[in-house]
Amino acid sequence: MTAGSAPSPEAGSAAYVLAVADDAMVYAQRLGEWLTNAPQIEEDMALANVSLDLLGQARALYARVGELDGSGRGEDDYAMFRDERQWRNVHLVEQERGDFAREMARMLWFASYQHELYAAQLASSDPVVAGVAGKAAKEVRYHLDHARHWVLRLGDGTDESHRRMQAALEWAAPYVDELFDDHAAAVTAVEAGLVARLPSELREAAQGRVEAVVSEATLTMPDPPTWRSRGGRDGIHSRPMGYLLAELQHISRSHPGATW
Amino acid sequence: MTVASKSVAGSAVAQAISQIPDPEVPVVSIADLGILRDVAVDEAQRSIVVTITPTYSGCPAMEAIRDRIEHEAGVHGFAAEVRTQLSPAWTTDWMTESGKEALRRFGIAPPGPAHAAGPVTVRLSRHVVTCPHCGSEDTTEISHFGSTACKALRRCNACREPFDEFKAL
Ligand SMILES: [Zn+2]
Repeated sequence: MTAGSAPSPEAGSAAYVLAVADDAMVYAQRLGEWLTNAPQIEEDMALANVSLDLLGQARALYARVGELDGSGRGEDDYAMFRDERQWRNVHLVEQERGDFAREMARMLWFASYQHELYAAQLASSDPVVAGVAGKAAKEVRYHLDHARHWVLRLGDGTDESHRRMQAALEWAAPYVDELFDDHAAAVTAVEAGLVARLPSELREAAQGRVEAVVSEATLTMPDPPTWRSRGGRDGIHSRPMGYLLAELQHISRSHPGATW
Repeated sequence: MTVASKSVAGSAVAQAISQIPDPEVPVVSIADLGILRDVAVDEAQRSIVVTITPTYSGCPAMEAIRDRIEHEAGVHGFAAEVRTQLSPAWTTDWMTESGKEALRRFGIAPPGPAHAAGPVTVRLSRHVVTCPHCGSEDTTEISHFGSTACKALRRCNACREPFDEFKAL
């Protein structure tokens, strides 16, 4: 898509679904990195399971993108054979894995966002988008609950855990705005009835959810950040994205067509 | 689930497919779990259309279930088309009572009633889960996510045994 030119409705719909799928795919990849790195074995499994939910959402959506954009491409074509500038995910999900508190801050924001997003897609004009949203909405409730429990434990825990959880919220803050930007594909998708609400219209409910948890956890919402991420929806990414893709894609690209 | 069949061979293949065990929890069948939504048998064409629905979006067992359905159909001389249906979304409420009892005997606490959709109150974990080993209601959740996405990990405070709980969804 070239900046400035209005996309056709079908191309706009495909671009929108691609952005939703890319967020899920990239966050699935980041969460998968916690296997063997989480603070306890139960958490290894928990984060891997959240990752798997997101991966499943992405797979179904990629298959749909291949129909909407008329290319007939399959899920692997999107996940494994696109270069960095062709990805439409927000910067929040591509950031490197930090400490566990950062992951819970990121998950709290992302699950709160996805919770509102999928709710707005339940009556989508696209049957696949509506079907994925119906399943995903249930899954995201568990992700949200999981993040909430940890933010409460860490925020209302020891001095050290409180300090680090607060620092994690500050870390996530500059990446939040981008989730709620009304990018061109989202505007087209609302017009096409693919989703009921613009990203900006999801913010109040999502943020309210985060604020309630933060307050209950004896933490405070960060001051407005002095900078904010942008560009992900146009394929402009931050430094960690290339490394993430290298790890995600290198097997498929080194051995194209391999099966096992 | 509707099973449309007009012949003995047709109902035998439908029966065999409904009894395929879940790859991750082999004590229950895909019919018991509510994964199998429909089997339509066309005796004349020796073909069947089987509709299944995933439990979770990323459920890795779906591929194995699909393969097994095609295999069972082939054994009975039928060509199977397996369709995946996302909507309506799977719910643990579709699990049969015999399926829940089989889970309990296997050592997995069966799911309670699924929560109605609507505003999230969160706190999904505040409900009574009975220990499948000793029957005590004094159990604690260790982790939301157990050995698979569909299960949570719990511990019984009476007999001290850990166990999986099939989460209500
Ligand atoms: Zn017990």
